[in-house]
Amino acid sequence: MTIKLESKIPPGPLPEKWEHAKSHYKLVNPANKRKYDIIVVGAGLAGASAAASLGELGYNVKCFVYHDSPRRAHSIAAQGGINAAKNYRNDGDSVYRLFYDTIKGGDYRAREGNVHRLAELSVNIIDQAVAQGVPFAREYGGALENRSFGGVQVSRTFYARGQTGQQLLLGAFQAQERQIALGTVKQYNRYEMLDLVVVDGHAKGIITRNLVTGKIESFAADAVVLGTGGYVNVFYLSTNAMASNATAIWRAHRRGAAFANPCYTQIHPTCIPQTGDYQSKLTLMSESLRNDGRIWVPKAQGDKRPPRDIPESERDYYLERKYPSFGNLAPRDIASRAAKEACDEGKGIGASGRGVYLDFADAIQRLGRPLIEERYGNLFEMYHDITAEDPYESPMRIYPAPHYSMGGLWVDYNLMSTIPGCYVIGEANFSDHGANRLGASALMQGLADGYFVLPVTIGDYLADHLGKKVQTSHPAFAEAETAVRQRVTTLLDARGKRSVDSYHKELGTIMWDYCGMARSADGLKKALGMIRELRQQYWKDVRVLGTGEELNQALEKAGRVADFFELAELMCIDALHREESAGGHFRVEHQTPDGEAKRNDDEFLYVAAWEHKGEGNEPVLHKEPLVYEEVKLATRSYK
Amino acid sequence: MNLTLQVWRQKSRDAEGGFAEYPATDISPDASFLEMLDVVNERLTEKGEDPIHFEHDCREGICGSCGMMINGVAHGPLGGTATCQLHMRNFNDGDHVRIEPWRARAFPVIKDLIVDRSPLDKIIQAGGYISVNTGSAVEANTLPIPKQVQERSMDAAECIQCGACVAQCPNGAAQLFTAAKVSHLGLLPQGQPERYERVAKMVEVMESYFGSCTLFRECEAVCPKEISVEFISRMNKDYLASKFKANSASE
Repeated sequence: MTIKLESKIPPGPLPEKWEHAKSHYKLVNPANKRKYDIIVVGAGLAGASAAASLGELGYNVKCFVYHDSPRRAHSIAAQGGINAAKNYRNDGDSVYRLFYDTIKGGDYRAREGNVHRLAELSVNIIDQAVAQGVPFAREYGGALENRSFGGVQVSRTFYARGQTGQQLLLGAFQAQERQIALGTVKQYNRYEMLDLVVVDGHAKGIITRNLVTGKIESFAADAVVLGTGGYVNVFYLSTNAMASNATAIWRAHRRGAAFANPCYTQIHPTCIPQTGDYQSKLTLMSESLRNDGRIWVPKAQGDKRPPRDIPESERDYYLERKYPSFGNLAPRDIASRAAKEACDEGKGIGASGRGVYLDFADAIQRLGRPLIEERYGNLFEMYHDITAEDPYESPMRIYPAPHYSMGGLWVDYNLMSTIPGCYVIGEANFSDHGANRLGASALMQGLADGYFVLPVTIGDYLADHLGKKVQTSHPAFAEAETAVRQRVTTLLDARGKRSVDSYHKELGTIMWDYCGMARSADGLKKALGMIRELRQQYWKDVRVLGTGEELNQALEKAGRVADFFELAELMCIDALHREESAGGHFRVEHQTPDGEAKRNDDEFLYVAAWEHKGEGNEPVLHKEPLVYEEVKLATRSYK
Repeated sequence: MNLTLQVWRQKSRDAEGGFAEYPATDISPDASFLEMLDVVNERLTEKGEDPIHFEHDCREGICGSCGMMINGVAHGPLGGTATCQLHMRNFNDGDHVRIEPWRARAFPVIKDLIVDRSPLDKIIQAGGYISVNTGSAVEANTLPIPKQVQERSMDAAECIQCGACVAQCPNGAAQLFTAAKVSHLGLLPQGQPERYERVAKMVEVMESYFGSCTLFRECEAVCPKEISVEFISRMNKDYLASKFKANSASE
């Protein structure tokens, strides 16, 4: 199968494209919808909103999650908020401005058509969430409240304390549970997807492992939707949940779905720094804190005085100094690099020297502690629980950490991957954030995809496939099941010396050192060698105890880490080929004299979509040119 | 620091379980409780012994996956905290720590410290939602909601469905969990049309799986989100009212 990238962007002026598309999609009549089976894998914001909405439309939905309940998906941990172009603040916001900010924030590496649609739908998401009972913050008059996020100069972020993701996910989860009760959605908890089944080039089902019994099973459907999240756990230490993994999308990639821009990963500037080797994850401190917190380091190298003893004149508020118009709300990629730079210069704080201060003293003085408590209380508490330091008294210590993957499976405007019938939504796809995602835009994209885009676009495919479902008795299912069993057995039979975690940590360190915040050709080549060697060793030497016929957490993790090895390789290949810096992808060879990312639009104004060519073969690059009809390409500036 | 753990080990739902003792040596006081278990598991794996299975995911106190009885207290000694946010500095060098799964009839053990909490989802399925299909919402600011009402609703909505309330309750009751959802939705204007039907259905399903509430208030004491038992009285009031309302539309 050769891959053809047809973006299917609808014709017409930008603001009319979505309307045009909706008016021309084929429809499935209401009575026929129940004749279709749709598999949804994952129940985060994208998966849950899709499962619920498809169920409401009358499709037969089967939803698979590896958690004990769909509400555990990592969307639940999103803190700060969700963007929408409501212009409730009367501060000059508009759909166009949200579109423009997102394109610019993504360093001109996203599709115009998709991003404009996202901005248009943002307003519907807020309406839908409020109708479901999401308790967004309110003003005393009863109207919805907003705050600001990085990379923008308006207040368009809606929030529910520091738990916006939780509340939005509960809205979608409850809608999904309602459909479960009504029988339109059948829920499979503690099931992990381990392969995609493709018949005659079309996605026709999945292979799963029942995580309690270990049973490998086949499920057939007319279409498969992957809403399985991002892959920055490839770095081992990240802000993602422990189980977040790339297996579903990686398995689909191996079956023919092109993987787009794998090197675009987001390192979030404000996380609690690492303290020891035992550490299992890094905890995010919401970007919303940068509304009121000021970031600084001591001006002098190696200044180890307690922060409150360092006088104002000896502090460097480097974001305010370098980016006066955006200040502490510079976009994430820029804020992260600036923190790294300060630490590289020897001005980092804390025992490790890898940290900067996020200081609320001014805000507390200006606004009073009660207001700060109301805005960020739960975040301050979380910080206190983890570090035993009181951020009301002394500034938070923060450092960048892997947080989000802009890259993902390539999808067309309809969110279909290069395998017909396989749709990819939310963070799992690559579509809307270019090379850097703006804060509070992930929730927006996940819900736009799940509530409003996929339920409409999927009908266009299904309409031509009535009655074309393949049964699980088809040999393709047996073949895939056998391959899955073989893999499980190989991992168990290695009976080696080292734990899965120890390999994952080592892989993560390689990726952080060479494919993290600063990348170079030499470093990436070195990393590729190291990853390949470690991967070979892994398959021979990994130690997974227990059997495949029981609940076995090490075995679950072993499969996921095996896929991370392959993905890590592709990330480095992609990062090596992209001879430019763009957003979160920073190649040290390509920077402006003052250290900013330097794009190369002449050669790299395209989406890099990689085709898997089988074990041991180099992946093949396909290019989807990015065409800008509306926005003029410019050097991104937040100064 | 060095501790001695007594951990409940149980191979499967039907297998017999029992306590096993493990040393947890050289643990950083800055490690979280789960990171301490990671270290113990890494050493068990090295020795060729089956690692301790426990549920966990976000490790930020929000996904609700984790939870275990630590010296008899759900989520351990620190109030208002899920197990993943409990740090070892809250223990002393030399401590003996007894770790058990949630103990409740409605939550059978699946393996070691992992239990089946699916009855909680069943309560949500019974009515823990506002029936509004995608696409049929009105403009968000059409409906002003007083700040105090929204804040109160949010207090209840913070529930993470971890099940600690049930595990700590001597009766294995799920009143606090159910009341939190009933109140989150019932306090809001959007939740009014289904308010009484919702509480009636949810309570009915709750009672089919869980024990009865006799106001021990242990649930409130261990709730990682410190959800107030006041919501239980609110739910009881609504439940009683539902008996006198044929349907809420006539109100």
